[in-house]
Amino acid sequence: MTEHINLFLEIVLGVLALAAVGGFVRLLRGPSLPDRVVAFDLLATVGVGISAVYAMAYNQPVFLDVAVVLALISFVGTVAFARYIEERLKG
Amino acid sequence: MNLVKQLLTLILAGGGSLFVLLAAIGLLRMPDLFTRMHPSSKAATLGTVLILIGIAIHFENGAIAVRAVLICLFLFLTAPVAAHIIARAGFLSGVPLAEETVIDELSDRYDLETHCLSCPPAEAEEE
Repeated sequence: MTEHINLFLEIVLGVLALAAVGGFVRLLRGPSLPDRVVAFDLLATVGVGISAVYAMAYNQPVFLDVAVVLALISFVGTVAFARYIEERLKG
Repeated sequence: MNLVKQLLTLILAGGGSLFVLLAAIGLLRMPDLFTRMHPSSKAATLGTVLILIGIAIHFENGAIAVRAVLICLFLFLTAPVAAHIIARAGFLSGVPLAEETVIDELSDRYDLETHCLSCPPAEAEEE
């Protein structure tokens, strides 16, 4: 039973990694800077999910602290980018 | 009881990861910035919160459950704010709308200098 659970959680990790690849494609292609910031925001959210599932799959609850910090940092980064885009307009 | 707990955890983790994958697909396939923001701020948040609820059930530990709930609360607080702030910056910097857009009620009504919305069009006021 435990092996089945671990296999399933590794598949879940693979699905999340696929989502991260999609985010990276938008990060590279995104025609404008706000598009890239949105992709960056999604990547941070996927990172929270990946570290949470990793903590569950390998029974290491320490990784939840990583998720907390990642969630905190990504918001500050997004706000900073938005400020930068708006201030750039005024010249 | 143990089996129910494990099944619940797996359903929550699997469903959450599917929602996050859906968000990434939406981010890739939507036509412009403002529609791309929908999946990345709503579906991704829902998926991560489902995974975190699964974690809280899986470990059966008070400290870990509190941490998971803390991340959930923080995501629910910050995701809408971040999406709104980026949409505003993108609109002001003139990111083009998709060709399918039907109406843009904000066009030419936002003053960059004073950061105020101008009055509605004159004919609307007279009525």
